[in-house]
Amino acid sequence: MEQELEIEIVKKETDLLIIGGGAAGIFAAVKAKEMDSECEVTIMEKSNIKWSGCLAAGINAINAYITPGETPESFLEYVKNDNNGVVRDDLVYTIAQQLNQVTEEVEEWGLPIKKDEDGNYLARSRRSIEINGDEFKPILASRVEEEDVEVLNRVVATNYLVENGEVYGAFGFSIRENKFYVIRAEAVICATGGASGIYKPNNEGGAKHKTWYPPFNAGAGYAMGVRAGAEMTSFEMRFIALRVKDVIAPTGTLALGANANQINAYGEDYLKDYDRVTTPIRLQATLRENKLGRGPCYLDVSHLDEEGCEGLKKKFLNMSPSIVLQWADREIEPNEEPIEITGSEPYIVGGHGQAGYWIGVDRSTTLKGLYAAGDVAGGAPKKYVTGAFVEGKIAIENALKLIKERSKKKIDERFIWQEFQRVYQPLQQPGTLTPQELEIRLQKVMDEYAGGISSGYQVNRKKLLIAKKRLKQIEADVKRLKVENLHQLMAAHEVIDRILIAKVVVAHLLHRKETRWPVYQANLDFPEQNNQEWFKFVNSVYDSKREKVLIKERKCHDLEEVGVQYECAY
Amino acid sequence: MSVHINNKSCNLCGICIDICPGNLLLQKEDEVLIRAPEECWDCAACVKECPTQAIELYLPSEIGGRGATLRAKKEGTERIWTCKNPAGEINEYRIKIK
Repeated sequence: MEQELEIEIVKKETDLLIIGGGAAGIFAAVKAKEMDSECEVTIMEKSNIKWSGCLAAGINAINAYITPGETPESFLEYVKNDNNGVVRDDLVYTIAQQLNQVTEEVEEWGLPIKKDEDGNYLARSRRSIEINGDEFKPILASRVEEEDVEVLNRVVATNYLVENGEVYGAFGFSIRENKFYVIRAEAVICATGGASGIYKPNNEGGAKHKTWYPPFNAGAGYAMGVRAGAEMTSFEMRFIALRVKDVIAPTGTLALGANANQINAYGEDYLKDYDRVTTPIRLQATLRENKLGRGPCYLDVSHLDEEGCEGLKKKFLNMSPSIVLQWADREIEPNEEPIEITGSEPYIVGGHGQAGYWIGVDRSTTLKGLYAAGDVAGGAPKKYVTGAFVEGKIAIENALKLIKERSKKKIDERFIWQEFQRVYQPLQQPGTLTPQELEIRLQKVMDEYAGGISSGYQVNRKKLLIAKKRLKQIEADVKRLKVENLHQLMAAHEVIDRILIAKVVVAHLLHRKETRWPVYQANLDFPEQNNQEWFKFVNSVYDSKREKVLIKERKCHDLEEVGVQYECAY
Repeated sequence: MSVHINNKSCNLCGICIDICPGNLLLQKEDEVLIRAPEECWDCAACVKECPTQAIELYLPSEIGGRGATLRAKKEGTERIWTCKNPAGEINEYRIKIK
């Protein structure tokens, strides 16, 4: 096959391989060089680090920050409360301790942070500050370019190099050149981000990628970890964002940034009936109003004056310009019509929700040699961008220690050949199925039987068993995929990875026999929260040989439990 | 979501092709094309980076697009966005980015 396709196999060695050049990955790379300038660092990035990942469109606030009066303890309390208690206190707390420090660092790198009259950061809420983040990603990329770091842009990671349950590097293929990469490393940090595209999106046709989470984040990091047998946590906790209808623009910019009122079709503040207004409750209450015939629901900024409207548009241009186009297309100003809101499709993401690798407080995964940071790391919801920076930093501190202990590993040529064949198979095999066709089938099944938009995000056992059965057939049809070029080959591997992630999501949803998180995980067979039996994590390890997701339950500990350490060791 | 590319203004510098997060832009002969308009996320990275303002963002009809467009350029430490509505009215927004 190698000769027929004229693919060059490029073998590289590096001390540290970082997969994914987003917020966590870039911060990790810079920290690695600052802590050990001799350390050889390589970033493998499927896009171009200048504009890739969640920050590609910019961002107008830092949403995890300890403002005056708040503490790491109060941050942890907030995150626990918002997530009904089941979070990894140790991970959230260690993130909270360094949020402000990393914020100051990226300000030094050039990020413009808005200030008040006294020169203090301009708070948007108790835990967020306003920024001009239009060029956040190019600023991060420029900083890493100052260091001696090798960046492999347009290389799609496909699998880890694994021997005896330990990770020694990763495979990847270029989508711009006929090159297959085999990169050996003493330590690997997975920072690929989470997964969109598992469920049918809000919009179709020409707007199908008008999603909250980047459609290019296809969950490669999750899928590689699952295939390698890493323990994963909380895949049943999907994240569903409350967004502006159609353009899926952020509602935080309206609610926190413009003091918008959340109202139903009759102008009533429907949140006033709720004791606790958490992030999922805002969404659940909106769905309820619609169900009761009191929709559509809105965020109302009719109180804004001309200057306020212009300021609001500028905030959106910093991260989600499409809503400005929506106002322009309707030939209205933001204060002329209330802004209709809706729930997004479910995403699997550890930065807002907590689906991801089961990690130690040192950010090591259950596979020796592999660390996880950012959206791909589980257990710590609401970490957002600054939390991803902190995790990148913690992962590096520990990976550098491991690099000193480990020696170079020779990789069995058979493994290289096996992965090479798997990767390029869709270019070679007979077939007529496109990745897009298979993706539509996957998204339809997940939407209808695993709690997508059309099923009101709710699940029951009967439906999930149908999803499980249909997914087997979809997975079997991977061998019918046929692509013609490297761009389509990337699409093929994206759908292959998404199918595997969907299988894990369904297995987790089937296992949690309660309703822990409103909307995110709502089980109609068990509609109540059950702290007695389910105050714990649902984890899993994939058995590749039997193609089965094996569930493991893990206890949930309080930070105060002295001496308790999570069982995350390899 | 997607972008229009005005190939009359394009100087074929290749920056947009280099940076599109979805690998969606490509050059064929002396034109830059988007290979699958429906796969665009509307991050606007290409709109911001284009040195000749040849790329503009629009809303597809599936979500109510009526032809409004957004273009961007950088001037010193500012990004200047130009928004044109279907009636042809133009608004400009200046944002500090550095």
